[in-house]
Amino acid sequence: MKNTITFLAGLIFGLGLIVSGMTNPANIIGFLDIAGNWNPSLVLVMVGGISIAFLAFRYMANKKLTLFKEPVHLPGTTHLSKELIIGSLLFGAGWALAGFCPGPALVALGAGSKQAGIFVLAMLVGMYGHDIFYTRLFNKAH
Amino acid sequence: MQLTIDWLHFTPGSALTGGLMLGLGASMLLLFSGKIAGISGILAYVIKPSHLFSQDAAWRALFLIGLISAGTIYPFIADLPPASIAASNPTLMMAGLLVGFGSRMGSGCTSGHGICGLSRLSLRSLLATVSFMAAGFVTTYLTLHAS
Repeated sequence: MKNTITFLAGLIFGLGLIVSGMTNPANIIGFLDIAGNWNPSLVLVMVGGISIAFLAFRYMANKKLTLFKEPVHLPGTTHLSKELIIGSLLFGAGWALAGFCPGPALVALGAGSKQAGIFVLAMLVGMYGHDIFYTRLFNKAH
Repeated sequence: MQLTIDWLHFTPGSALTGGLMLGLGASMLLLFSGKIAGISGILAYVIKPSHLFSQDAAWRALFLIGLISAGTIYPFIADLPPASIAASNPTLMMAGLLVGFGSRMGSGCTSGHGICGLSRLSLRSLLATVSFMAAGFVTTYLTLHAS
């Protein structure tokens, strides 16, 4: 039952990315292009997503167990690190170059997009590059 | 600077509907599994060789299979909305490297920080979201208008 819900959560999330237009890189770049013809769609995607998720997080705020009576795992870090900012800046630059972020790229790959495949492969290399080499090189615990 | 709205491509109805679905998917994962729907973190976890076949990799793999199959299943329900990718293959590679490395270094991406993090009023996620949006605005300006 829990496994089915986890699968469905991913499926609904993915379908939401398609319906919202976020799997189309032109819509992302249209949002980021504030100096050109600005497409505000992404703002409404975030408003929609946050309005529902906010209620769910409110509901779970003081609960230690899920609806299946299992422990809740939420990030506990509150430190505003240099890595958080530098990493997010690099992420934002890549996001704008392609118009893809991880979720939509995976969905587009599922739809058979070869270009999404190229992006995803490079993204996996970037993730490995960070988690396996960078963290070891600079001795950063993750 | 004068802001002009691209009314032709602005799709408030489907953007809001899709957004609500993102919220629903993220909420299901939270309520029933107690987890954050952060795609980059979930993906980075399952691709680590040492995590292969681990119990913690299982739910992540299931969520990702659901996510990826959305793209495979959707065409059976309706026509996929058109997607236009302006980036060349080398640019896609560069972008992928930056997104992969940056999301790990910054502990999250648009889903984990932008939707889940902001929903739980995390200051870290707010800082991350402001940072990647700012970098996105600047990068787009440089690629489209600074030549």
